[in-house]
Amino acid sequence: MDNQVQDQIERKASRKSVAFTDEQLVVETDGSITIMSAAEEPKETALSHTPRTPPLSAALGAFADNSSQAAADELAPPEDGGLDLSLLKKKKKKKKVEGADADAEAEDGAAPAEDGGLDLTMKKKKKKVKKAEGAEEDEFTAKLKQLEVKDAEEAEEAVQEDEGDMETGTGVWTHDESKTIPYTMLLSRFFTVLSQKNPDHSLSGTKSYKIPPPQCMREGNRKTVFANIADISKRMKRTEEHLTAYLFAELGTNGSVDGNRRLVIKGRFQQKQIENVVRKYIIEYVTCKTCRSPDTELNKGENRLYFITCNNCGSRRSVTAIKTGFSAQIGKRKKMQG
Amino acid sequence: MSIENLKSFDPFAEADDDTGDIKKVENHIHIRIQQRNGRKSLTTVTGLPAKFDPGKILTFFRKEFACNGNKVNDEKAGEVIQLQGDQRKKVLDFLVDKKSGLGLNPDNITVHGA
Repeated sequence: MDNQVQDQIERKASRKSVAFTDEQLVVETDGSITIMSAAEEPKETALSHTPRTPPLSAALGAFADNSSQAAADELAPPEDGGLDLSLLKKKKKKKKVEGADADAEAEDGAAPAEDGGLDLTMKKKKKKVKKAEGAEEDEFTAKLKQLEVKDAEEAEEAVQEDEGDMETGTGVWTHDESKTIPYTMLLSRFFTVLSQKNPDHSLSGTKSYKIPPPQCMREGNRKTVFANIADISKRMKRTEEHLTAYLFAELGTNGSVDGNRRLVIKGRFQQKQIENVVRKYIIEYVTCKTCRSPDTELNKGENRLYFITCNNCGSRRSVTAIKTGFSAQIGKRKKMQG
Repeated sequence: MSIENLKSFDPFAEADDDTGDIKKVENHIHIRIQQRNGRKSLTTVTGLPAKFDPGKILTFFRKEFACNGNKVNDEKAGEVIQLQGDQRKKVLDFLVDKKSGLGLNPDNITVHGA
């Protein structure tokens, strides 16, 4: 009885844990958890997916906004997509306070936030601020006002300091900004935009990587049975021994394999914990670091090193051997007793 | 001539330096956890940089985390700090924190265990 009850409790707890899928590598429960009551599953999975949906819709919204904006002013830089018009307005108001001097200072090198505002009211604000901020810039501001008027008509552009907001297209991201943009910034912009608008691509090319959740049962009081290790390791195309070694090294325990090829781990572990470790394992030993595809092979290279070869992109990298590391001796008396 | 030049470069020596895990391991800090009886556990911190005094760190940990702990000299791992209970998160925070901690690079720290 006790065991059963415990098991149930564990399962309940574990269901929650399974549901959480915020990492790119997802050990997902979908479909495969038939053992856990099927009735509740849909909810769980739905929950687990919810965090992902908003970005999608946001991305879609961004697209829509983009197109509308683009229609409105053709000069709008491609990267300033992700904002609602309402947002833009708000930002303008805020930025415009700092706004005008930005253009002035753009020449000086250090430019705070700047915004080509569309509203006349905004411009007034800017002027005031400029005056307040410094008399030196007055000459600039005079020119700038004129410039800004043009700018504002052209497009919604905002310049912040060197690193502007890439989403709104400010700073160096301004459409007709002539400063050279460092490669790292370009790269980071590429990935943010990619993840915003095409979350699928930014993940792994495929959809999320799904493996069945580890099934854990308590055996006795201080042992945990990892039932579907064979299945999981088969899906990852890794040997059970390798996964086992990793689990033991990470969890700082040891264990054995029982008659049904289940893994018996010493110590109490919940499904969530095992899941985390498996997740780490996948990140370290399964996914290709280059293309993030889980379709890889692990084999021994020339000099006792393990190599992961990606079947998708063909890249090859070495992985560290599994090391147990230091383990403290616990309970001398117990050891003496056996 | 060119062959002579080639000889002077020993590819294996280089490789050892680069991939030799031993070197990395020394700089690398591992925070591990071990289960004890019941719901008790033990946190071990290995590979702390030599420039820090493990004794002082230990006393700080004990006071700050309100746990007991000791340091052990291990043949392989060197000075190891053992703390009672699951202190992994706190230890990590301390090691990484720049203001009130050691300000180490989080890339050099691995937290093991579930």
